Amino acid sequence: MNNRSIHWKWIVPFLYIVFLMAPIYWLLNMSFKSTNEILGGMTLFPSEFTLDNYIAIFTDPTWYNGYINSLTYVTANTILSVCVALPAAYAFSRYRFLGDKHLFFWLLTNRMAPAAVFALPFFQLYSAVGLFDTHIAVALAHCLFNIPLAVWILEGFMSGVPTELDETAYIDGYPFWKFFTKIFLPTIAAGIGVAAFFCFMFSWVELLLAKTLTSVDAKPIAAVMTRTASSSGYELGLLAAAGSLTMIPGAIVIFFVRNHIAKGFALGRV
Amino acid sequence: MSAKKLNNKAWWLVAPVVLLVAFNAVIPLMTVVNYSVQETFGDNLFFFEGMKWFEEVLSSERFHDSLIRQLKFTFIILLIQVPLGVAIALTMPRKGFWASVCLILMAMPLLIPWNVVGAMWNIFALPDIGLLGYTLNAMGFDYNFTRQPVAAWATLITMDVWHWTSLVVLLSYAGLSAIPDAYYQAARIDGANAFKVFRYIQLPKLKRVLTIAILLRFMDSFNIYTEPFVLTGGGPGNTTTLLSLDLVKIALGQFDLGPAAAMSLIYFLIILLFSWVFYTAMTRGEDK
Amino acid sequence: MARIDIKALRHSYKPNPLNDDDYALKKVDLTWDDGGAYALLGPSGCGKSTLLNIISGLLVPSEGEISFDGDAVNHKTPDERHIAQVFQFPVVYDTMTVYDNLAFPLRNRGVAETVVDERVRSVAEMTDLTDMLHQQASGLTADGKQKISLGRGLVREDVNVIMFDEPLTVIDPHLKWKLRSKLKELHQRVKTTMIYVTHDQTEALTFADRVVVMHEGWVVQEGTPVELFEKPRHTFVGHFIGSPGMNVLPCEVTSEGVRVSGTVIDIAQQQFSFDQEKRYEIGIRPEFISFAPEGLPVEVVSVRDTGRNKIVETDFFGNKLKVLVPEGAEIPEGKAFVQLDKNYTLLYENDWIVE
Repeated sequence: MNNRSIHWKWIVPFLYIVFLMAPIYWLLNMSFKSTNEILGGMTLFPSEFTLDNYIAIFTDPTWYNGYINSLTYVTANTILSVCVALPAAYAFSRYRFLGDKHLFFWLLTNRMAPAAVFALPFFQLYSAVGLFDTHIAVALAHCLFNIPLAVWILEGFMSGVPTELDETAYIDGYPFWKFFTKIFLPTIAAGIGVAAFFCFMFSWVELLLAKTLTSVDAKPIAAVMTRTASSSGYELGLLAAAGSLTMIPGAIVIFFVRNHIAKGFALGRV
Repeated sequence: MSAKKLNNKAWWLVAPVVLLVAFNAVIPLMTVVNYSVQETFGDNLFFFEGMKWFEEVLSSERFHDSLIRQLKFTFIILLIQVPLGVAIALTMPRKGFWASVCLILMAMPLLIPWNVVGAMWNIFALPDIGLLGYTLNAMGFDYNFTRQPVAAWATLITMDVWHWTSLVVLLSYAGLSAIPDAYYQAARIDGANAFKVFRYIQLPKLKRVLTIAILLRFMDSFNIYTEPFVLTGGGPGNTTTLLSLDLVKIALGQFDLGPAAAMSLIYFLIILLFSWVFYTAMTRGEDK
Repeated sequence: MARIDIKALRHSYKPNPLNDDDYALKKVDLTWDDGGAYALLGPSGCGKSTLLNIISGLLVPSEGEISFDGDAVNHKTPDERHIAQVFQFPVVYDTMTVYDNLAFPLRNRGVAETVVDERVRSVAEMTDLTDMLHQQASGLTADGKQKISLGRGLVREDVNVIMFDEPLTVIDPHLKWKLRSKLKELHQRVKTTMIYVTHDQTEALTFADRVVVMHEGWVVQEGTPVELFEKPRHTFVGHFIGSPGMNVLPCEVTSEGVRVSGTVIDIAQQQFSFDQEKRYEIGIRPEFISFAPEGLPVEVVSVRDTGRNKIVETDFFGNKLKVLVPEGAEIPEGKAFVQLDKNYTLLYENDWIVE
């Protein structure tokens, strides 16, 4: 590839990123303003730059606990979902079994229902098993939509790997466990990276179930933020600061999986 | 690809998934079905009403209106987000420092809690205090999304495109990464140009990933609630009242669990039907 | 058809290579004549795939020159070099039929449809794909897909050389020999230069007229299969080719002769100069050792039956010596004597053969 053609193409992602960054810039902008200034008029840069919003967040336990709580159950859920989804996806990809196609589709159906109506039944269910207001509750509850997603994505990537790879490994004498971890998983690294990121992301932003299943101990950051929105009108500056901070953990996750997502499936020697 | 092996022991691999998901799905679903066929006069008194709610919902004009608005919305955003997402994934750098930068920046909109997304776009688009609203009006457009249905729709759609296109991008990008180099090398040797490479190698290999992206976006856009609620509240009037918004209005506003539950189920069945048709169509050609 | 000349070729994947270790190809000088069947043989990591990709144009070499028919092609694209390549995993265009797959390279070059049809049918006949021409390519088995890959290479008439990068890797073992024979047959018919890269000596030795053996980025020997067998120029060739490989015994060279553990051994080389500082070894293949009533004393350690013959492992004053004995022949036990065929007992200096 010569350099000329590469430069032309890059205008597309460049423009897209500019488009994405505009509102984010706006969000950051608001986070350094007071609510009064935000509502007062349009300024590209805070006329009265203030760190008050961020200070409020870092000093108020409710706020930073909110972040910690969210991080806890989201991480737990991501790891659980991906680990459980890997063998299942392998099964769907490599084997036929009784009810497989229906089972797969049933998994997808769990993402189809509007969450609003499940709030009350979930509350009843998790209270009944004594898990109300725990991180585990939310981590488990989010399995409802994250596991199907992880299975779905992983299966898609696994099916792109020719079964000849499995067979060649068996012929070369690899035990299944070694084959799976040393050969198979690296070839679907892109799928794992993407599945992990999406599980993290969907769990991180899920508001309704997280709010319903928690009250104090495990209150997630998203719930804390809605509190600002309703109690004293809109504390916009604070909300903006909180919103800006929520991007950071996800950015770290994507940073760690970026190599997986961009990793090519180099047809290596088996 | 050689045929899959028949092996019912594979159920052991799938069991943990089934258990975890079923635990969360079956019991609550039963509860919802329960509500949908009962009527309450408060105080936890329920009366079995059979299909009454379903009939009422299905025949209501309000429901028809919301449904049509919803279908329009979903159709438009799919039409924009899927090609756009794929195009961006194709043009992004494949490796190196800039690839990481792109991935991280593109992931940002996905990570913001949905109520914040709605709130920030709300301010962003306000004519007098928001960057977008201010700029548009300064350029001569008469733009006020709180009062003009067209502006409200445009803002809603732009917000959704801003928020979710990256999902399509990330999936497509990962899908493209998974294409072995040998295919591109063979295409070079065969003398194929960029368009042919896209049509005969990239697009077919992206089929699975695109199915996931399209279905995901379809489902999620059909269920969308928080962002439009915070952005427009369903207005002006009810011009942007999508299905979910209507549902919550009915359930909360009128305390009618029955119709709400019935509506949710109908709604769920619509998505189920569309998804099933689409899914079957896309996977029809697969070896089984 | 083209003559391929490779001169002083070196390649490093690193942007700033410092020493030889950073180079995947340390120095390659080769000439391949028109129409021959060649093999590039060597273990994983020896540089054969790098060399292959440089020849096909998928990689530009760091140093040195590669020319087709005398014209340097270092920077020419694969398309411009008129080459075809069959990869390790079958590469087919899934959405097309077998016919369209074969027609693809021609259609991309704007060839008239009538010519396309003729070429496709002729190639399909050569590769036994005629019955499947209108099937979806994705439905074929692995060997069928490799045949399609091969067909795409054959269908173009202006192809200078066809390269095979370990093409039988994913083929079922019982189909491997079939495909191998088919390749050989095709070569006789088409007479295009074919270069076959593999780590499997059987594939290399049965397919090629001349084999290039590579090791750690060096070409250690180039010759016919017989030459490689009878006179390995490097101990690596001795080890790698033949099953089991050559016996290599450390020895001492003096003006009186060559000694292994004190015993004088007769070797093939008569006149040669030697240097006390260097390391010397004797190499002899198990095939050229036989049990005899008298000769060198050995102790029989173990016997392994391979079916067609038996490999007897013996101990010669602490050195392991393997002897190949035909099926049915008698094998002594305990102490025995062996004779080494002098013509095939070769002296090596620092791994290279002494001339």
